[in-house]
Amino acid sequence: MKNKKSFVGNLFSRTYRSRTISFLIIIVGYILIELLLKTGNLSSMFQSLLVPVTCYIVAALGLNLNVGVSGELNLGQAGFMSLGAFMGICVSGALSSAIPNGLIRLVIAIVLGALIASVLGFVIGVPVLKLQGDYLAIVTLAFGEIIKSLINNMYVGIDPNGFQFSFVENKLSLAPGGKMLISGPMGATGTNRIATFSVGVVLILIALVIVYNLIYSRSGRAIQACRDNRIAAESVGIHVANTKMLAFVVSAGLAGAAGALYGLNYSTLIPAKFDFNLSILILVYVVLGGLGNMTGTIISTIVLVLLPELLRGLQDYRMLIYAVILIVMMILSNNEKVKNLLSLLHQKLSFGKTKEAEANE
Amino acid sequence: MSEKKTPVLEVRDLGIDFGGLTAVNDFNMDVYEEEIAGLIGPNGAGKTTVFNMLTKVYQPSRGTIHFLGQDTAKMSVVDMNRAGIARTFQNIRLFSNMSVLDNVRIGMHNKITYNELEAVFRLPKYRQQEQAVEEEAMELLKIFDLDKDASLIAGNLPYGAQRRLEIARAMATNPKLLLLDEPAAGMNPQETEDLMKMIRFVRDHFRIAVLLIEHDMRLVMGICERITVLNYGMMLAEGTPAEIQANPQVIKAYLGE
Repeated sequence: MKNKKSFVGNLFSRTYRSRTISFLIIIVGYILIELLLKTGNLSSMFQSLLVPVTCYIVAALGLNLNVGVSGELNLGQAGFMSLGAFMGICVSGALSSAIPNGLIRLVIAIVLGALIASVLGFVIGVPVLKLQGDYLAIVTLAFGEIIKSLINNMYVGIDPNGFQFSFVENKLSLAPGGKMLISGPMGATGTNRIATFSVGVVLILIALVIVYNLIYSRSGRAIQACRDNRIAAESVGIHVANTKMLAFVVSAGLAGAAGALYGLNYSTLIPAKFDFNLSILILVYVVLGGLGNMTGTIISTIVLVLLPELLRGLQDYRMLIYAVILIVMMILSNNEKVKNLLSLLHQKLSFGKTKEAEANE
Repeated sequence: MSEKKTPVLEVRDLGIDFGGLTAVNDFNMDVYEEEIAGLIGPNGAGKTTVFNMLTKVYQPSRGTIHFLGQDTAKMSVVDMNRAGIARTFQNIRLFSNMSVLDNVRIGMHNKITYNELEAVFRLPKYRQQEQAVEEEAMELLKIFDLDKDASLIAGNLPYGAQRRLEIARAMATNPKLLLLDEPAAGMNPQETEDLMKMIRFVRDHFRIAVLLIEHDMRLVMGICERITVLNYGMMLAEGTPAEIQANPQVIKAYLGE
């Protein structure tokens, strides 16, 4: 304890090992993909998946904080993404003449997307998080559907007089020079595609810093305490509702940021894209990667986004095989024998480390 | 013992009903500073219910609880802990998926003043306080002979060690009054002996009052300076261990006619 560990030693210490591995995966993956892009070895299909994957990872990291670390089921992550996406599209559309630089507009859109999702998350959380039980799951499920229907019927335009809103299509009369930003079920059309893979990777890194630094802090410990034993957490002076709120709001905010990036990656985006299936899909990434395991979330998101594309050669059997693989992975990851095998492997790999730790004692 | 001490806890006419059932009624008790007091009684007498009222897990239906001279009528579980009452549970309630060290660090939740932004950006305030918290937590673990297990998962500790960790976690909140709900349950005689020494040491070292519920009479008679007996939710007797042992009503309640 007395002599300070070296910086590198600290990075791979027991506490921080998974954090270091997460960062390494993202940075090494980014460099590899950039190399492939530069040498022209990446098919256009994979190129089109790059930005969405980063969005899914950010949303899934947020959801893991909510579901894995805080232990509250959230079935409305797509709703928060939707909010962020259409907020981002409106912001970017409104600022397109004022700020020609796409990168700056993208950053502003992401920040505002995260902000509106967090605020809405807070508003939903106030009544729900005081209750014990699965109420958050029910309410977020409804919230996701409400947001989808709302945006499905919303017409937003901008003209020199400012933003114009309507829930009836024909009521919206834009002054000359105005343009439609969201047109009901058609969604957003003619969006400037300013999202880039690099920004997505930076967003993942920011999300990782936020999530990990939160977990290894006072609030993060409190969040886990409320999950493990609510009564005991209260008995040591932790406000359970406030603590769960923090995890929920951060989760919603990350989904909003991811949504803004997602929305600005397509020239057209329909509100129905952010449906219940997407919420469940992100939940699958989290559950398969392991509750509370951020590295697992990153890996499972990448694998599960790529898998359907890699299976395209199987044509009609594609989703069948995808489902079978999913089920097999779920069963294996809960199997005692496989778990033992993995922990044995883990021990073998970290054998040198434990010896060193023993020598220190 | 003989000099006048001020009470930290004054309970008057405390009572609670569950539906139509009166679980505890007309309960009176004082706990004085730096005293080890005992609360005993047959199974189902309402001892844990009293603890749950003292910590506001249950809101009492009647009566008053004054802690350090302050009326606690409007206080919640969290407020009671912040005011200085910490407790352990009859059925151990640890944060069982977290490390032993983290369990104690969670106990120090309200000593830490950095906010979430300072944590996310790892500002100096975060580093200083985390360092201090870790050192203090390790010191506390040493007192409870758990320092070697600091990095273990709390749920994997042996039973006796889990009980000790629960006390360590409660002490991490800096209480003035420590409530122990059957701390020796499931312990062998040697472990109980060690626990008695530990409770005395904690009282002397931190200069706090301790109120404990226990069925192990060797422990109760060995370390409690004053004992309150509860039977069917009513106070049966109160006095020193010798007085309680000689009280015919207490003997009747425990052994029957």
